[in-house]
Amino acid sequence: MRRILLMGNPNVGKSAFFSRLTGTKVIASNYPGTTVGFTKGSLMLGEEQVEVIDVPGTYTLEPTSKAEEVASRLLQTGDVVINVLDATNMERNLYLTLELLERDIPVIVALNIWDETKHRGIEINTARLEELLGVPVVPTVALTGEGMKELANRIPEAASPEMTERTRDERWAAVGSIINEVQTLSHRHHTWLERLQDASLKPLTGLPIAVMVLAVSFVIIRSIGEGLIGYVMEPLFDRLWTPVMMELSELLGSEGFWHDVLIGNLFDGAVDYSQSMGVLTTGLFIPLGAVLPYILAFYLVLGVLEDVGYLPRLAVLLDNLMHRIGLHGYAIIPTMLGLGCCVPAIMATRILESRRERLITATLISIAIPCAASQAMIIGLVGEQGVQYLAMVYGTLFMVWLVLGFVLNRTVRGFSPEILIEIPPYRIPHWRAMLQKLWMRVYGFLREALPIILLAILVVSILISLGVFDKIAEVTAPVVSGIFGLPEAAVVAIVVGLLRKDIAIGLLAPLALSADQLVVGSVVLTMFFPCIAAFVVLARELGFRGLLMAIGVMIAATIVVGGLLNVVLL
Amino acid sequence: MKEDKPITVRHMHAGQSGKVVEILGGTHLFNRLNSLGIRPGKRITKVSSMFLRGPVTVRVDRSQVAIGHGMAGKIVVDVEEKKP
Ligand SMILES: Nc1nc2c(ncn2[C@@H]2O[C@H](COP(=O)(O)OP(=O)(O)OP(=O)(O)O)[C@@H](O)[C@H]2O)c(=O)[nH]1
Repeated sequence: MRRILLMGNPNVGKSAFFSRLTGTKVIASNYPGTTVGFTKGSLMLGEEQVEVIDVPGTYTLEPTSKAEEVASRLLQTGDVVINVLDATNMERNLYLTLELLERDIPVIVALNIWDETKHRGIEINTARLEELLGVPVVPTVALTGEGMKELANRIPEAASPEMTERTRDERWAAVGSIINEVQTLSHRHHTWLERLQDASLKPLTGLPIAVMVLAVSFVIIRSIGEGLIGYVMEPLFDRLWTPVMMELSELLGSEGFWHDVLIGNLFDGAVDYSQSMGVLTTGLFIPLGAVLPYILAFYLVLGVLEDVGYLPRLAVLLDNLMHRIGLHGYAIIPTMLGLGCCVPAIMATRILESRRERLITATLISIAIPCAASQAMIIGLVGEQGVQYLAMVYGTLFMVWLVLGFVLNRTVRGFSPEILIEIPPYRIPHWRAMLQKLWMRVYGFLREALPIILLAILVVSILISLGVFDKIAEVTAPVVSGIFGLPEAAVVAIVVGLLRKDIAIGLLAPLALSADQLVVGSVVLTMFFPCIAAFVVLARELGFRGLLMAIGVMIAATIVVGGLLNVVLL
Repeated sequence: MKEDKPITVRHMHAGQSGKVVEILGGTHLFNRLNSLGIRPGKRITKVSSMFLRGPVTVRVDRSQVAIGHGMAGKIVVDVEEKKP
């Protein structure tokens, strides 16, 4: 099968381009480095099926970073290159194009983000560019699909013009003369977006803007989450599902093994979704009723921040603080993703340059950053007791993140390089692309988490009815009650935390804990051990030794923090 | 007032522009800055810098690049006279 490579600078819209071309859905975001591994898909070119590879973004073929190494290795294996350019940033993009033309592989050029050239006052003579480069040049808008057909049709015209290898300076000189001939810039006034762009990078205006953006995000997430739970999910469950469950309960004779597993305990003869612990009651309510609304709300807001292009600016603003904990500002991006789910977050640590940074970031995420699912449960359970308790949970976790980062920075060997990133312009997000991304993420949650949640509840209800937990509780009592000050039965939650944290936190509900105990419980469950999915990616990304280190730090930190909280609060 | 002496990006004021004269330091840094469009002869404009030795942001062509404080001290610029 012939193989087409999509190549271009970071953040030129390759991922969006790839989705359009192949129909494979991948996540595109407005910051450099979305694609770090590579993604494969396929495309029908006339009668022939060809393979398409989304190559990580690179500025040059001389490998200066990991992504660039991957790119130059992949180049050896391709048959045609579609070189995707950001039409609003041609000068920098053309360098790679010239490097590609020097290689012995047919190239076709896509001038992407064409839609933005007009209002940015950029005019490009594509016909002349085509002549100068000696390969087809097609303007495209990957977001809407404009120009994509023409591009696909012209792939057979891709050419590899005779070109001798040049030095770097010669290439830049050539880029300069091409630009002079094909591009005309007209002067225009700064748009409000550009003004906002600069304001959000200057310390005096940028920090207040950052605080505002984060606060507004939090309020929006909370209102959407609570709103959906209170006005949609709970009524749905109460009116539609409860009657079905009550029928079933009667059918099963209101007791016995199957009743315990499927429905769980009844309270005053009724289902209580947060405490019954049946697979069909609590098992369905936690993921769909309590967690899904927050997942939806979180990824909606994150998607807007990503596509607008705010996150790299946050990275620059926080670079200072992050350096104190051994990271550069860019680590804030995986960390923010971690507030959604640890799994994509830990994978996203690949955008960081050094192994040391990846290790510290991933360890901190898996210990101190609660995922959206856990947060939904924490907000539901602890928030009920009062906002001050919620603040205690978040405050403690934030302190843990800082202190642990500080300690790791002192102890992990190596050094963390300085920040050097391109900051993309603000863009008005394209709503269809955004909804698609939201759907992919929500669907991902349902597909990956739902089965594990149901399994977790099933295992718990079986183990409880077999009395296994009483044994475990006896053994672990010194730690659970002695150090953390929680009732022995809380060990069930801790064990279940190995599978899913949201369920684990849900298991604290029936224990009748005091508000302070809930705080300790939530913090301990968040910090202690990653859930199974996070464990798998941690192992994959950090290797065996990294994983051992992360887990060692995790256990030690949990015991220290849980113990301290117990002393202070209880 | 004309400033003749080349200074580093670190010492430029926000809003000032200038031509890059030289990049001190190894070829690795040179290459990385190069691929982001920062190379001798280019005109760049400083957008902002974060206090406490935080990163410096510059505009080059149509894009913005954030540069760590240390690296910013290695980019030597011939500053233009500010238009009145
Ligand atoms: N206006 C406009 N925006 C686009 C277009 N194509 C992509 N984008 C946006 O540009 C941003 C970057 O797109 P990605 O597809 O993530 O870019 P990429 O080249 O894959 O980036 P890396 O994976 O980081 O190399 C996203 O926010 C897209 O929505 C386009 O044709 N027009």
